[in-house]
Amino acid sequence: MTLWQYFAYPTVRYALIVGVLISLSASLLGVTLVLKRFSFIGDGLSHVAFGATAVAAVLGLGSSNMLFVLPVTILCAVFLLRPGQGAKIHGDAAIAMLSVGALAVGYLLLHLFSASANVAGDVCSTLFGSTAILTLTKGEVWLSIALSAAVVLVFLLFYNQIFAITFDERFARAVGTKTEVYNLGLAVLIAVIIVLAMKLVGALLISALVVFPALSAMRLFKSFKAVTISAGAISVMCAVAGIVISILAETPVGATIVAVDLAAFLVCSVVGSAKA
Amino acid sequence: MALMTCRELSLGYDGDVLVRDLNFEVNAGDYLCIVGENGAGKSTLMRTLLGLQPPLSGSITFGEGLRRQDLGWLPQQTPVQRDFPAAVGEIVLSGCQAREGFHPFYSRADKARAQDAMARMDISALSNRCYRELSGGQQQRVLLARALCAADRLLLLDEPVAGLDPMATQELYHLISELNRGGMTILMISHDMNAALRYASHILHVGGASFFGTKDDYLKAGGARRYLRRRGGERV
Repeated sequence: MTLWQYFAYPTVRYALIVGVLISLSASLLGVTLVLKRFSFIGDGLSHVAFGATAVAAVLGLGSSNMLFVLPVTILCAVFLLRPGQGAKIHGDAAIAMLSVGALAVGYLLLHLFSASANVAGDVCSTLFGSTAILTLTKGEVWLSIALSAAVVLVFLLFYNQIFAITFDERFARAVGTKTEVYNLGLAVLIAVIIVLAMKLVGALLISALVVFPALSAMRLFKSFKAVTISAGAISVMCAVAGIVISILAETPVGATIVAVDLAAFLVCSVVGSAKA
Repeated sequence: MALMTCRELSLGYDGDVLVRDLNFEVNAGDYLCIVGENGAGKSTLMRTLLGLQPPLSGSITFGEGLRRQDLGWLPQQTPVQRDFPAAVGEIVLSGCQAREGFHPFYSRADKARAQDAMARMDISALSNRCYRELSGGQQQRVLLARALCAADRLLLLDEPVAGLDPMATQELYHLISELNRGGMTILMISHDMNAALRYASHILHVGGASFFGTKDDYLKAGGARRYLRRRGGERV
């Protein structure tokens, strides 16, 4: 079959639309996260989302598990991104603790209570995405479209504020920007993206969507605007290329997209150092 | 009425008092240097004035229609900023943030204000350059221009010349005193007592026996001499 024949299938078109939107919104936030030294938050939250998915499966929530997973992930994001004052356990340690804790509890619960005959297969597909992206229902597609569109819209509307709190949060606060509100908003957006991206690349590989496009763009460009725009563009191109390659070569979708992202990063590094 | 009046101000963290019973006022056009040992609480004072942390006790009152968000601040640089991909123009413009409440995009007036601030700091030509590639002195001028976008009347400078070479230091002091001559009120934390005594109109000594008054009174009280002797006897 040629590629065009594949596009005749709605599931393939859905996968492309959702893949593009998710990677676009992940990369936009990625720029801020990388610069604020929160690269690992995506990883930590995705493990939390995995744990929550396991709990949802044990509770028998089935296809409405998003209603459980999303709030839990948002709560953890707010917990991890709140300002460090007064916290007993700080930044990276809190992320590490939450992430392995959720992973262990999630796997344990699935192992003990899952009704499925193939626990290892279920776990593997949650962690690595497997073919989930090609089995999206119309409802999930619309939900993904609405949520990623909301993320992009919020990012555009608050672009200047996001720049200000990324570059110098204390200064922004001193001149009267409501930094707590924006940090909270950022935490919610990240959680939404993580939960969405689990469908695309699986829990273990989400960080790649957040981190790689931003790092690639930073090798090439020197203003925040150029970095943000090109991170979005690189991410979308990598997602499309990854999905197409995975269909043609019958490779796992998530891992293929991440491999393309990695390749793009290497190319950008070479080009960047050649320019300098 | 003074621009800013502090009465019986005590500062610190979590009940640990760093500074006790600070009394001083800042009038329009003043050039106040805040001096004192490391760890005496100078930066804490500045953060408290900016509203970033509450005072333990005492009061800070603003007068002449000045609001807290009208203060301009030149903070010490953070490690995040040293490799941050941002154009000079973007950073300066971010000082206009929150001037008129929330608006998603910068207005033409904001952009004109940023242009003007860059012109005053003599960095208009650097507008599209990347911040992290600039020299230390240029970076400070960028952050000073950003502070100018936020403030019309009062600037708080936290060791503006830290880490600069002598040439850049002189340039920056010159720019700051130009601003002061143009009517801008300056509050500056400084470790450089010679500069403090050369440029300041008033001195606030934080820590030990606190002192507040004009530069001349400070010299008469012998405060500078005591301070300098402890620091290794530079000549005034």
